[in-house]
Amino acid sequence: MSPARDRDAAPPQQPVDLGGREVLTDDDIQRALTRIAHEILEGNKGPQDLVLLGIPTRGVPLAHRLAAAIAGVEGAQVPTGSLDITMYRDDLRTQPTRAPEPMSVPSGGVDGKVVVLVDDVLYSGRTVRAALDSLADLGRPSAVRLAVLVDRGHRELPIRADYVGKNLPTSRSERVMVRLQDCDDVEGVWIA
Amino acid sequence: MKHLLSIADLAPEEITSILDTAVSMHEVQDRQVKKLPTLRGRTVINFFFEDSTRTRASFEIAGKWMSADTINLTGKGTSVSKGESLRDTVLTIDAMGVDMMIIRHPASGAPAQIADWVDCSIVNAGDGTHEHPSQALLDAYTLRRSLGELEGRHVAIVGDLTHSRVLRSNLLCLRALGAHVTLVAPPTLMPSGVHAWAAADGFDVSYDLDEVLPQVDAVMMLRVQRERMSGGYFPTAKEYAVTYGLTPRRLGLLQDHAVICHPGPMNRGLEISADAADAARSLVLDQVSAGVAVRMSILYHLLAGEGDAQ
Repeated sequence: MSPARDRDAAPPQQPVDLGGREVLTDDDIQRALTRIAHEILEGNKGPQDLVLLGIPTRGVPLAHRLAAAIAGVEGAQVPTGSLDITMYRDDLRTQPTRAPEPMSVPSGGVDGKVVVLVDDVLYSGRTVRAALDSLADLGRPSAVRLAVLVDRGHRELPIRADYVGKNLPTSRSERVMVRLQDCDDVEGVWIA
Repeated sequence: MKHLLSIADLAPEEITSILDTAVSMHEVQDRQVKKLPTLRGRTVINFFFEDSTRTRASFEIAGKWMSADTINLTGKGTSVSKGESLRDTVLTIDAMGVDMMIIRHPASGAPAQIADWVDCSIVNAGDGTHEHPSQALLDAYTLRRSLGELEGRHVAIVGDLTHSRVLRSNLLCLRALGAHVTLVAPPTLMPSGVHAWAAADGFDVSYDLDEVLPQVDAVMMLRVQRERMSGGYFPTAKEYAVTYGLTPRRLGLLQDHAVICHPGPMNRGLEISADAADAARSLVLDQVSAGVAVRMSILYHLLAGEGDAQ
């Protein structure tokens, strides 16, 4: 298995970053995603009209994994894409210019669909605010839901998640690091 | 990055970053709601001392789609025609609190001079026979979309090279991206000292279009700029068209995958035949559509981040 499973061994890619405590292992992540997939299907009474949109970077592989989990339960392929929110951020002026991530909206669009936004960590809520604005420019979904792997609290806007992998009480000075096999070569959630 | 005055100021990574952002911006063009909130509250002035259709319209559209307030000014109809100096005019506009001026001017170096005078960002939208950086970036973007990465690709730039600012910017941009460039023109329309320049910057020079065409991946036809000529560069328009125009016969010399660019406006029947301009491999309209996306990307890189209006 991946060396990240051993809490004392530094993972190969980010030896400095991941010095903290591992709070979710790769198996925990998969279990959480499977549960969220069931909850989404339960809440929507099936896979019809669902669209999963991941928020780059790590929301995108999470969205694809949720789609795979839903396919495993219902045998239905849910349209899945990514929603880049760089142009909608409210902190553009205080940050160095960042390059936008690629965006892909499923060909069926979002009009009349139940869009589930997928992200790794829910913190201030500002990313989700930007995603909602971006979504409004793309069309008019019949409903928008939010699925996150980790909710670490400290919201700055009236936003909450509909589906949460793990509620993680943190202090603002702590850092939560999500690493996924698809983009990091290791998998797990660490807190430092 | 505060100003965009010359391609020479950009590192290859910065060029690539502008082109990559333009890919995301291009997607906005297909949306029903063509609006991003990114530059809300920013003011952009298009200040054009020379005529323009596509550059001015696409900078204005780019600004509007990104929610900046854009205003157009021309040399005519402003106090310039009452004798106000260029310096006083731009200082006046700057004092109104604008964030960016996009300048086209018949004098080479005018935008760089203005950048020294004012606090706002300056974009060179074409200065005399010097540079036209946004055109080079959109040409590179269009070529990259159709040919893939430009490293090792061979591009011929053909036509009135003496008077062409598009040439200078394109040469710098294509060389920075690793493309091989050959300039083709009659001796009278080659920039003076071109051979020393070619030896220093690593490109080729040819006077024979028929010999070059079969080797290239793209051919960029430049406009014969009669307004900058005081006669005597070639005997007749007919002779120019026969010796250096992209005629229907020359289309047959191109490789199957080779594409045709022209920055516009085209002199049909002079440097480019109607058959070439309207051919399936002609990217002329793709260049125009890319122009908006690339200019959105330029505005984003110059205005969105930190480092200004502190």
